[in-house]
Amino acid sequence: MIRIEGLHHQIAGAEVLRGIDLTLPEGGVTALIGPNGAGKSTLLSLIARLIRVQRGRIEIGGHVVGQTRDRDLARVVAVLAQGAHVSARLRVAELVGFGRYPWHLGRPGAADHAAVDAALERFDLTGLRHRFLDELSGGQRQRAFVAMAFAQDTPYLLLDEPLNNLDIAAARDLMTLVRGLADEAGRTVVIVLHDINYATAFADRLVVLKQGQVVAQGAPGEVVSAPLLADVFGTAARVEQIDGRPVVLV
Amino acid sequence: MGRRLALIAGVLGVCACAYMLVGLTGPLGFVLPYRGGKLAALALVAVALSVATVLFQTITANRILTPSLMGFDALYVLVLTVMVQALGASGFAALSPPTLFAVNLAGLAGLGLVLFVVLMRLAKGDMVRLCLTGVVLGLLIRSATHLLQRLIDPGDYQVVQSLSVARFTQVDGTLLAIAAAAVGAGVALAWRLRHRLDVLDLGEAAATGLGEPPARLHRQALLLICLMVGSATALAGPMASGGFGPSSFFGLVVVAFARLVTPTHRHAVLIPSAVLIGAVVLIGGQLVLERLLSLSTPLIVVIELIGGATFLILLLKRRAA
Repeated sequence: MIRIEGLHHQIAGAEVLRGIDLTLPEGGVTALIGPNGAGKSTLLSLIARLIRVQRGRIEIGGHVVGQTRDRDLARVVAVLAQGAHVSARLRVAELVGFGRYPWHLGRPGAADHAAVDAALERFDLTGLRHRFLDELSGGQRQRAFVAMAFAQDTPYLLLDEPLNNLDIAAARDLMTLVRGLADEAGRTVVIVLHDINYATAFADRLVVLKQGQVVAQGAPGEVVSAPLLADVFGTAARVEQIDGRPVVLV
Repeated sequence: MGRRLALIAGVLGVCACAYMLVGLTGPLGFVLPYRGGKLAALALVAVALSVATVLFQTITANRILTPSLMGFDALYVLVLTVMVQALGASGFAALSPPTLFAVNLAGLAGLGLVLFVVLMRLAKGDMVRLCLTGVVLGLLIRSATHLLQRLIDPGDYQVVQSLSVARFTQVDGTLLAIAAAAVGAGVALAWRLRHRLDVLDLGEAAATGLGEPPARLHRQALLLICLMVGSATALAGPMASGGFGPSSFFGLVVVAFARLVTPTHRHAVLIPSAVLIGAVVLIGGQLVLERLLSLSTPLIVVIELIGGATFLILLLKRRAA
């Protein structure tokens, strides 16, 4: 469970988050959506301790962020930051291997190699394991980064806009794999998404942010509606129900 | 990788032996210890600078900058000037070599630490800003030094000048031992950081996610860099002032070459590779210039020439990429 209480955050004097109280239950996929600048990425970064908490409290799986040792937290929550990029020239298997670091601290054992193989297999990267990252397509590279987060073997997985710059095939593939992480591997996934249709299609819960506050949350069918889009995004888009889930017509 | 490292180690062995044995004349009882001392000092300087440069490049996430390029050399003259200023020429001359070394090291390492912390704060991970800030701070240090030199007694100034231009030829055994201890400790601690440095190479966010927040590692690495470069500089004096110690481009050339010969992201390979190549460059270079060509051209001229070219190539390659 992720519990957030009274979370405020300022960047350069501007209030980005204004009093977030949020409880995300164990399991499933939760999508954070909202317009640009609503504070989605800031919220995710705070949970992932990529930014220091200024005011408020975040608890993840019983560990209070900011009071738990970094190494301990790295075994509880894995994060894929936005626009992840590695300057070192790495092979796919080496990158995924870094996901095991919190467990072996530089000295991988047999269990770590097995975990890397399993992650490569699950993300369909086994054939690419010896390729360098800069030799991959955007979709393959993003899969490798998510595979690394998966290999970290943490109950919580935070993904910040992993679909950026991916075409529809790569995006759907990746979301299907992420879905599998929740359904088969029992991970709790929190993901920042730009495209509401991906969120309604693949997430169990949506949390809608607007100007640093939570304005709606719940199952996609309960949350996404034309009035909400008008209110939060300021755009008059039609919402139709197809196969029992809301679809935004763009 | 292992075979390449062994190969470089072999080359280094040949260079070291040749340095000791080529053109032996005069009483062996004098020449061999003399050469041995100089060889050891060269090796120490090479090791300290190579490891420090690897650390510096990893924590600043760039492949072009080195501690020396960022104004560390300028500190040496500043520390000397301040010491002469404070003690007077006679008081300065009365200092025993170990005391001088210790004060030098403390001053260099302390000020270096301040310099780098300020640099990293001001630059905030921006390469161009880091580069510019380094240049500006270097200028500031040099100007402050000049100001101090204007203020001191002309007689004392002579001492500073002679010290910061020419450097000893005889290596003091005690100093060598102290410097070896300091550099050895620095290298051993750097070696212990090797896996964490690998993780840092993934970028700040990824490193934090894996439980290695960069801030603490940055501090530890900076401390080691200042210890090692400070020891090397205090032992031999920067090359720019006639010593055979740090030069602006030495670390750059060595680490760039190490990345070329042993392309890897693992510091467990990169650190030894840089150490070996650094020693080959310094000892081999000295050997060729001093013994084989019997040139009086200081090695710095050659290294700075190659270094300048390497710097430009790296810069242009970055632009192209």
